[in-house]
Amino acid sequence: MSGPLIATTFLQGESFIYVLYIIAFGLFIQGLRGLSGPTTAVRGNRIAAVGMAIAVIATLLIPGESNWGLIVLGVGLGVAVGVPAARQVKMTAMPQMVALFNGVGGGAVALISWVEFRGHGSTYGSHTVVRTFEVGPFVEHAVVHTGALPTYVAIFSVFAAIVGSISFWGSNIAFGKLQEILPGRPITLGRAQQIVNLVLLVLALAAGADLVAGAHSEPLFIGMLLVAALLGNAVVLPIGGADMPVVISLLNAFTGLSAAATGMALNNPALIVAGMIVGASGSILTNLMAKAMNRSIPSIVAGGFGGGGAVEGATGAGAHDGTVRSTSAADAAIQLAYASRVVVVPGYGMAVAQAQHAVRELTKELEARGVEVSYAIHPVAGRMPGHMNVLLAEADVPYDQLKEMDDANPEFQRADVSLVIGANDVTNPAAKNTPSSPIYGMPILEVADSRSVIVIKRSMNPGFAGIENELYFDPKTSMLFGDAKSAVSEITAELAAL
Amino acid sequence: MMLASVLTTNLAILVLAGFIGFVVISKVPNTLHTPLMSGTNAIHGIVLLGGLLLLGLPELGAFSKALLVIAVVFGTINVVGGFLVTDRMLDMFKSRPKPKQDEDGAPADGKAGSDGKAGT
Repeated sequence: MSGPLIATTFLQGESFIYVLYIIAFGLFIQGLRGLSGPTTAVRGNRIAAVGMAIAVIATLLIPGESNWGLIVLGVGLGVAVGVPAARQVKMTAMPQMVALFNGVGGGAVALISWVEFRGHGSTYGSHTVVRTFEVGPFVEHAVVHTGALPTYVAIFSVFAAIVGSISFWGSNIAFGKLQEILPGRPITLGRAQQIVNLVLLVLALAAGADLVAGAHSEPLFIGMLLVAALLGNAVVLPIGGADMPVVISLLNAFTGLSAAATGMALNNPALIVAGMIVGASGSILTNLMAKAMNRSIPSIVAGGFGGGGAVEGATGAGAHDGTVRSTSAADAAIQLAYASRVVVVPGYGMAVAQAQHAVRELTKELEARGVEVSYAIHPVAGRMPGHMNVLLAEADVPYDQLKEMDDANPEFQRADVSLVIGANDVTNPAAKNTPSSPIYGMPILEVADSRSVIVIKRSMNPGFAGIENELYFDPKTSMLFGDAKSAVSEITAELAAL
Repeated sequence: MMLASVLTTNLAILVLAGFIGFVVISKVPNTLHTPLMSGTNAIHGIVLLGGLLLLGLPELGAFSKALLVIAVVFGTINVVGGFLVTDRMLDMFKSRPKPKQDEDGAPADGKAGSDGKAGT
């Protein structure tokens, strides 16, 4: 690194890399814009992928890259694992796949921070700064600053380590719950939970502050990673399965932010831009999901609902003395066959039973008989917003039959039959009528407005919120008990036999 | 002075990128939130670059190298898996409404062809 000639070539290389990064940003933004419409989404995703390829190539072009064998090994292994995983995952299992991909991203951030810390002599010392700044685009600054690492680099690095570790472990727990390796119900320490979480957070921050202040101890860094790991577990374990989408989305935003922090520490604009865009978008998405469920993000993270909500719900259930009318597949088939408009309300139960193809068969049969069919999709139906749409699209349901809540609600008044398949809380009129209900104020699908309602459900067990659903006691509602898939198939068979 | 400019430049990039994220994302319809989440999930796989940058350095210890190889594996899984899964999800949206769109060449052509046949 001596002589103006070499410096010039170096800088030329740097600006070329910078140009490639800028092109990549443009493609990311264009890609995300594309993802905002159903007709442009596929292209948008591919544009973003091209942007990522350009960013990776630009990084590999940075002068002085070595260890090519290990780079090829790492990327090769990643492709060998990632491609089959993404290709083979069933669409119903997709939320946990997203959780897993999110988790490994967080894990990568934590590991990178660890290596940054290790530098030479296990400290944020002088060597790290030279090396870090040499690999970043601002090579000229490397020469200027060979002294101690600036405090801000240490701060961002420690932030990335803590958040990355939380995201990795939290996402793995979310994956375990959705994949049903772990029980989906909340696992909680009760009242101590919040204190434990707080203590873990304080411990992680204290260790981080110590490291930023110049503590020369790798065990302390590892301890910080472990405490953050415990925190990730402690935060996600108490959260019930139905809240998981919000949590995954939150962790997605976290990973984005930690990637941006890594970019600040490594002085790499590609990481800053892409990470921050994800951080911002993830926050919005998390907020939208939480709003649709009438939950606040703090209360989800604090594990609040499982305790208080269930108790209130239980008392509400005891107070109910109405009767429930159950029906048979044959009766349901007749009811549907003589309807002119049917609205299907799919829910979590349909997703779990993987009944989307059976539902599509049923609606095809109905359409063949001249029944007008549409689908009412609650924003949080399924396991993530839009998840139900993905499942139904997989079963070849025409896109224009899928109605979002605001468009669907006026349709119920015109509907002869609403067919509720495995949806519960999102149809509960208590959200509108009972101010004391824990779900009061949550926007619902106004199924009760239709002339009659058929509910397919496994049992009378209350839904996630632990609240009895008044809809089931409505005189115009009939219940068809059974697994969503087999119940729907039975109705289809009865219809065909009519 | 120079250092401050590096920090402030990067902070400016950080803040602006945040605003872009808000503006671009807030227009997305509810229906596309899962694919969008999956797509943004793939984009934060950009951390792969951090792993590549550090792994590319000479004179790394064996343990650091091992950590970085794992980081690169993780980052690659995040990127490749994320984009592929998003693509699969979106393909399902695309297949049905597409024939009605004039945007894509192939289905429109197909329609025109069949119309022509019907005419003759």
